[in-house]
Amino acid sequence: MTRSDRIKALKVAATQRILVLDGAWGVMIQRESLSEADFRGSAFAGHNLPLKGNNDILCLTRPDVVTGLHDAYFAAGADISETNTFSATTIGQADYGLESAVYELNLAAARLGREAADRWTARDPSKPRFIAGSIGPTNRTLSISPDVNDPGARAVTFDEVYQAYREQARALHEGGVDMFLIETVFDTLNAKAAIKAVLDLEDDGLEPLPIWISGTITDRSGRTLSGQTAEAFWNAIKHARPFAVGFNCALGAELMRPHVAELSRIADTLVSAYPNAGLPNAFGGYDETPCETACFIDEWAQSGLVNIVGGCCGVTPDHIAHIARAVQGVPPRIPPVRPRALRLSGLEPFELA
Amino acid sequence: MSAANRSIFVNVGERTNVTGSAKFRKLIAEGDYNAALSVARQQVEAGAQIIDVNMDEGLLDSQAAMVKFLNLIAAEPDIARAPIMIDSSKWSIIEAGLKCVQGKAIVNSISLKAGEAEFLQQAKACLRYGAAVVVMAFDEQGQADTAARKVEICARAYKLLTEKVNFPPEDIIFDPNIFAVATGIEEHNNYALDFIEATKEIKRQLPYARVSGGVSNVSFSFRGNEPVRRAIHGVFLYHAIAAGMDMGIVNAGDLPVYDDIPVELRDAVEDVVLNRRPDATERLVDLAPKYKGDKAEARVVDLKWRDQPVAERLAHALVHGVTDWIVEDTETARLAADRPLHVIEGPLMDGMNRVGDLFGAGKMFLPQVVKSARVMKQAVAHLLPFMEAEKAGQVRQANGRIIMATVKGDVHDIGKNIVGVVLQCNNYEVIDLGVMVPADRIIDAAIEHQADAVGLSGLITPSLDEMVFVASEMQRRGLNVPLLIGGATTSKTHTAVKIEPAYQAGSTTYVLDASRAVGVVSHLLSPDTRDEAASATRADYVRIREQFARGREARPRASLADARRNAFTVDWTGYQPPTPAFLGLRSFEAYDLAELAAHIDWSPFFQSWDLVGRYPAILDDDVVGEAARALWADARPLLDRIVAENRFTARGVIGFWPANAVGDDIVVYGDETRSASVATFHTLRQQMDKSSANTALSDFVAPVGVARDYIGGFAVTAGHGETEFARGFRDAGDDYSAIIVSALADRLAEAFAERLHARVRQEFWGYAPVEALSLDDMLAEKYVGIRPAPGYPAQPDHTEKATLFRLLDATARTGISLTESFAMFPAAAVSGLYFSHPKAHYFGVGKIDRDQVADYAARKGWDLSEVERWLAPILAY
Repeated sequence: MTRSDRIKALKVAATQRILVLDGAWGVMIQRESLSEADFRGSAFAGHNLPLKGNNDILCLTRPDVVTGLHDAYFAAGADISETNTFSATTIGQADYGLESAVYELNLAAARLGREAADRWTARDPSKPRFIAGSIGPTNRTLSISPDVNDPGARAVTFDEVYQAYREQARALHEGGVDMFLIETVFDTLNAKAAIKAVLDLEDDGLEPLPIWISGTITDRSGRTLSGQTAEAFWNAIKHARPFAVGFNCALGAELMRPHVAELSRIADTLVSAYPNAGLPNAFGGYDETPCETACFIDEWAQSGLVNIVGGCCGVTPDHIAHIARAVQGVPPRIPPVRPRALRLSGLEPFELA
Repeated sequence: MSAANRSIFVNVGERTNVTGSAKFRKLIAEGDYNAALSVARQQVEAGAQIIDVNMDEGLLDSQAAMVKFLNLIAAEPDIARAPIMIDSSKWSIIEAGLKCVQGKAIVNSISLKAGEAEFLQQAKACLRYGAAVVVMAFDEQGQADTAARKVEICARAYKLLTEKVNFPPEDIIFDPNIFAVATGIEEHNNYALDFIEATKEIKRQLPYARVSGGVSNVSFSFRGNEPVRRAIHGVFLYHAIAAGMDMGIVNAGDLPVYDDIPVELRDAVEDVVLNRRPDATERLVDLAPKYKGDKAEARVVDLKWRDQPVAERLAHALVHGVTDWIVEDTETARLAADRPLHVIEGPLMDGMNRVGDLFGAGKMFLPQVVKSARVMKQAVAHLLPFMEAEKAGQVRQANGRIIMATVKGDVHDIGKNIVGVVLQCNNYEVIDLGVMVPADRIIDAAIEHQADAVGLSGLITPSLDEMVFVASEMQRRGLNVPLLIGGATTSKTHTAVKIEPAYQAGSTTYVLDASRAVGVVSHLLSPDTRDEAASATRADYVRIREQFARGREARPRASLADARRNAFTVDWTGYQPPTPAFLGLRSFEAYDLAELAAHIDWSPFFQSWDLVGRYPAILDDDVVGEAARALWADARPLLDRIVAENRFTARGVIGFWPANAVGDDIVVYGDETRSASVATFHTLRQQMDKSSANTALSDFVAPVGVARDYIGGFAVTAGHGETEFARGFRDAGDDYSAIIVSALADRLAEAFAERLHARVRQEFWGYAPVEALSLDDMLAEKYVGIRPAPGYPAQPDHTEKATLFRLLDATARTGISLTESFAMFPAAAVSGLYFSHPKAHYFGVGKIDRDQVADYAARKGWDLSEVERWLAPILAY
């Protein structure tokens, strides 16, 4: 299948069923108990900084681990798996001194994902599998000052974030991803830099790919870290004409529900949600069982709130298997048709109907 | 103009525009950005729905000023809630602005002035940055002045935008140029009418597009005569809005209403705006001086509500928590009423209903509601003697009567007290039995008072079991009223799995937090919704039980032997555990409250009032900020009083002993010979099936024979004096302050524990003498060593507190006693163990299996069933 065939297949599948995304990567990689040597591989054996914990670099140094996780999630029933590139930008890799490896890293990540997805599609062509190029938020924020005494200061500029995303997106595109997943958006301005970077690829003559944007409501206040409500967030990013929009991370399914429901009501595109396995316990672990998570998501599906579901922190292949079973046969949400209106936002939405 | 028209007109604030406001220009030029921000804030408060920011001024670095101001706005939630209009005639400044706003902004403006190519390129950039655009009626030939030219340019731009770059038509806003009228130049006389007519055509021909404009231009020739300028704006907008103008850049705080303009002036202005007669300008110029008038009137403190009828005044006082006039107003209402009871049933209840509605709608928050209750109580207190004198004897009809109690063995009651006050505000009669209330007293009271519902509260895990017991006793004694469950350790799952099955005669409902209490209770007590609410909950709980059962099967456990093989490993070779500065005990009598007050972590204080957010950011939160600030303003002086008047006594004890690990136990020795053990702390090991370690607290202490290690312990309280101080407020009808006092005692106890732990690290155990941590780092636990408490995740067994208290001689030295459930009394108390190893960390034991429970029982020398009772919440079987 060519990529445009796959994208067509993706869009068709989304009208027929609720699609399932994979789960956590961090916790699964942790379980491998990899050593510093594993992270370094031979390519970075002599690197001058410790690399342990730089999960993304495993795409180059332990590709078997990455492929193993794609396989584990596809085996669990996921339709879509993400590339292992959440922090693979020059900004994210700066902590490890690996800015120069970013292009190669994303390229390898996309190819590993592509290979795994194609292998699973070949095994069962009735259930095509897809790869989403993961574009994380970076560890810098464009809307919040790093210095409490100087609220106007910024640790990074829009242009720097934009350039970092553009390089990542280009490599993911070249490596064969089926869509871009701009995820864990805690600062919408970072996401807007990513959106512009992705849209601008068109100027390089690259085929446009579906864009999927997933924000993060950080706590019970119902807002992103940078202070936006769900609707303000949607208004701020809908110019991307996203294939899907949703929320992930920070909250478990129970607390995420109202925000997903809100998005479901207002977004005239597919809605996704991939929560954490509950809230972290006092020690940062996640206790929600696969059954519990699946039970919440089952209710979302039954209530017609979602088109794509999956999991974030603490969500394992076992959770995904339960989720996949829970949503099997449940019809997907039908996106609403909304009247045209001038819709703007600051931290709160504005509509001139 | 109809009200409907006016109400959808969008005010774009113009005061943050250096070309329009000399004051703002001066502030920016002088770099006074704080004052500049206040200008923005005032506009939003005055009703601007969008803020126009313009820095186009020759003497400024306009781009730098734009970036700086927008970045500063981003840090002010009460300004940043509104969308921004990025206003510049320079594209580079607009683009710099677009890189600073996270929301969807409006670009003001782009135009065909430099041709199609540049126009479309800029439009495309707006699409990719995500912004709506204002398109000026300006083309290669110049700025459009006549209606026909305006429409022609706008239609061309619309076609290009929608067809060439697929611009959403709803995101296009046309500015067909508002020019000054009454300038004395004849060609200018029709400018206002040209705008109005163009607006009508644009709205007719170009679907979904919007029309905007800079309104103040129109009156430019009357600079210096604000009343006349305002009249011109009012009249112009009246006609332009009727023609379809959607938004305008206006001074949002100073928009005149058409009908309020004196008729003589209005007619003269209308002649000018609509170009109705050739001499219109001269006539207005002649009339203008008469209306020049004074500058705007001074602002007055808003006490207008004092002029309203007494019922309104009472409602206002209740909603705003104002007690200043409550007795006086209540007395006025009483004199006007037939009977004192009617004041309660009438205006006071009406006011409280308004509070209830606002609270239900999320427009008021808990602390404000509790303050309303304080006002209500004072009003009722004033009426009571009159009611008694009248011997009416008859009490007002409440919505229902609810028994509330913190269960036996537990002493925590802040949440319960808040729920009680909130219910009272909503006209429920609450009979609060207090803390440590045994089941039979709860049930006796429910029967005696013919309660309509029973609410149980608890904070520590053993209370969960006690609640199951109360439920089963209610069943046994034939009650059938709704049972409500709340408190920090309670959960929907526990309620569904353990409590509800024990009480089938009535309904059982878990209440997540205080703000839900009224909704739950009113549904359960109202005859219309009662059955439906109960059965919906019942069905929900059946599902949760099934899910829980499935979850249990799915969660494999490692055997205890395997878990021990996979223990958390510390490399003891070459490691010398630090030696404490002293062995044995040290007491702290009356620890300095001022020092503790300075170390308070405030976030949980707000949390106890259901105000969620980090301190200090919560004070500026645009949802709960106002409530948080008010609470803060009430709490701070109380804290100052507690410190200044020494209302509480902070007492604590710490101790260090030689200790070594033996298996999963920690053996404590009386002295350095380590020949005789004086106590043993038993620890529990994680049994999750996992690849990382299965940790127990004993892993952090050197095993016997490996190294000379130590363990520490502490017990602190700030709660002595709390009850007495709080009672004073409660007796005066001020539950609000009483609850704040309790919450402050809790905070001070936590701060005490945190403070002593820091001193232990730096001074008493002294293994981290240099530790430069900010309060935030401290709260984020970025230090070496831990202080886990029995009963919490790393050691869920509350009974270990008995060993700790014995070693510390804690009751004698601090006055803290343990209840039968091992809760500490006074409730504002913290205790725990100290571990010094750098790898010591917090973790959760999670569920444990039968083999470990049997092993633990043998180690403690207890019956299996006894251990199972105490560990019930963590049993995996």
